[in-house]
Amino acid sequence: MAKKKMTFEEAVKRLEEIVRELEDGRLPLEKSLDLFSEGISISKFCQASLEEAEQRILVLTAQGDLKEFETGN
Amino acid sequence: MRTLTVRELTRHIKDLLENDRLLANLWVKGEISNFRPAGSGHIYFTLKDSSSCIRAVMFRSRALRLPFRPENGMAVRVRGYVSVYERDGSYQLYAEEMEPDGVGALYVAFEQLKEKLQREGLFDPARKKRIPRLPGCIGIVTSPTGAAVRDMLGIIRRRWPGAGIILAPVTVQGAAAPGELCRAIRMLNALGRVDVIIVGRGGGSLEELWAFNTEELARGIAASSVPIISAVGHETDFTISDMVADLRAPTPSAAAELVVPVKADVARALEALRLRLNRAVGERVGECRRRLDGCLTSPVFRRPVEKICGPGLMSVDILSRSLSRSMREIMSASRGRLAELAGRLNALSPLATMSRGYSVCLSEETGRVVRDAAVFHPGDGVRVVLYEGSIRCRVNEVTAGKQGHLLSPAAPTDKIKRK
Repeated sequence: MAKKKMTFEEAVKRLEEIVRELEDGRLPLEKSLDLFSEGISISKFCQASLEEAEQRILVLTAQGDLKEFETGN
Repeated sequence: MRTLTVRELTRHIKDLLENDRLLANLWVKGEISNFRPAGSGHIYFTLKDSSSCIRAVMFRSRALRLPFRPENGMAVRVRGYVSVYERDGSYQLYAEEMEPDGVGALYVAFEQLKEKLQREGLFDPARKKRIPRLPGCIGIVTSPTGAAVRDMLGIIRRRWPGAGIILAPVTVQGAAAPGELCRAIRMLNALGRVDVIIVGRGGGSLEELWAFNTEELARGIAASSVPIISAVGHETDFTISDMVADLRAPTPSAAAELVVPVKADVARALEALRLRLNRAVGERVGECRRRLDGCLTSPVFRRPVEKICGPGLMSVDILSRSLSRSMREIMSASRGRLAELAGRLNALSPLATMSRGYSVCLSEETGRVVRDAAVFHPGDGVRVVLYEGSIRCRVNEVTAGKQGHLLSPAAPTDKIKRK
């Protein structure tokens, strides 16, 4: 699992940046529209991350492997 | 009497001392002086009070287990036995345990380590790494059994369903604990996908929490490149780990609350961002459209020729305007002159004269005005135009020469006969 795509936090931060830049209103229209479409896809990504409801708890073994955690409670 | 060797004598004294019940196991208190840690790991010192002193040694295996660092002048209680060091023929205290007198050993150890790490700058706020607001993957280093781990998992799950958690189960108390805690931190770092690590355990006695006050764990935490939240015991427990960590949580549950936000809050914030995004771009597009409209309805677009050829046309305009002005001036001047002429013309009109009783005589033959009677012969047709109306006449008689006297008011006009 070395692949490191945008984290949720990075995505939200980027989205905030985009909104601020757009609200600033000093960008050329083309750039505004580019940012808007980027913002839309990021907000979709964030939405999807939010809806990812599967609880993933892994246990790191002494050997350094990861295995599923059995919830004993 | 038998003569003893030095060796025999020393042995004898040693036996005596070692068989003494009191000396075999005792607690003695005094002040440390002449403290000498040796390269071998043994520590040598003298324990003294106001009147006496005794040499003492603590072997490496025992010394390593000392939680604090003995110092000259420190008041301590030492447990051990008294025996003879044969080579020197001197008796000394073989120390097995040592603790600060008055305050607890752990307390002293804590203060000493705290001071040492502080000097090294390990608690420096500038060293603290930022805790991510929304970690994708949370590492938890704690005991797999017990309330702490259950509470943390429960709280994280409730606040952020779906959060990725990697649990690194460790022993949190006892001699092995610091090593295991450090190893787990290193392994979580090595995974490369953990965004934040919680290191902690539930409440316990100072001894039970001790692993979190060790230099080993302090350095393990300081070496982590992943931000660490320390969550040890209860709110009132302050540990060295708390101070080295990037964030101190008062309890494991509090750490779980700190590490993830409530998902519903984040969802709301995200929705608000989306609204702002839409509004911002809507406004931007609207503004551009207004500007475009403004351009399209500007005079340049509505009357392009006029606007584009504007300056040229304008001078034509001005010229034509001044032309028409001068025309008007000329015209009105002409009109004035015409009126004057007309007045004069009127003065010349025969009608005015005729209204006074004069008539005009026209030859019927030529139609022309006749001024001299000599052109007529009797029998010629004459038309006489009066002020009102005209008459046709026939000439009876012609009298040449000016006949002005005939126009005197009394003179009869019967020379002009009716036909």
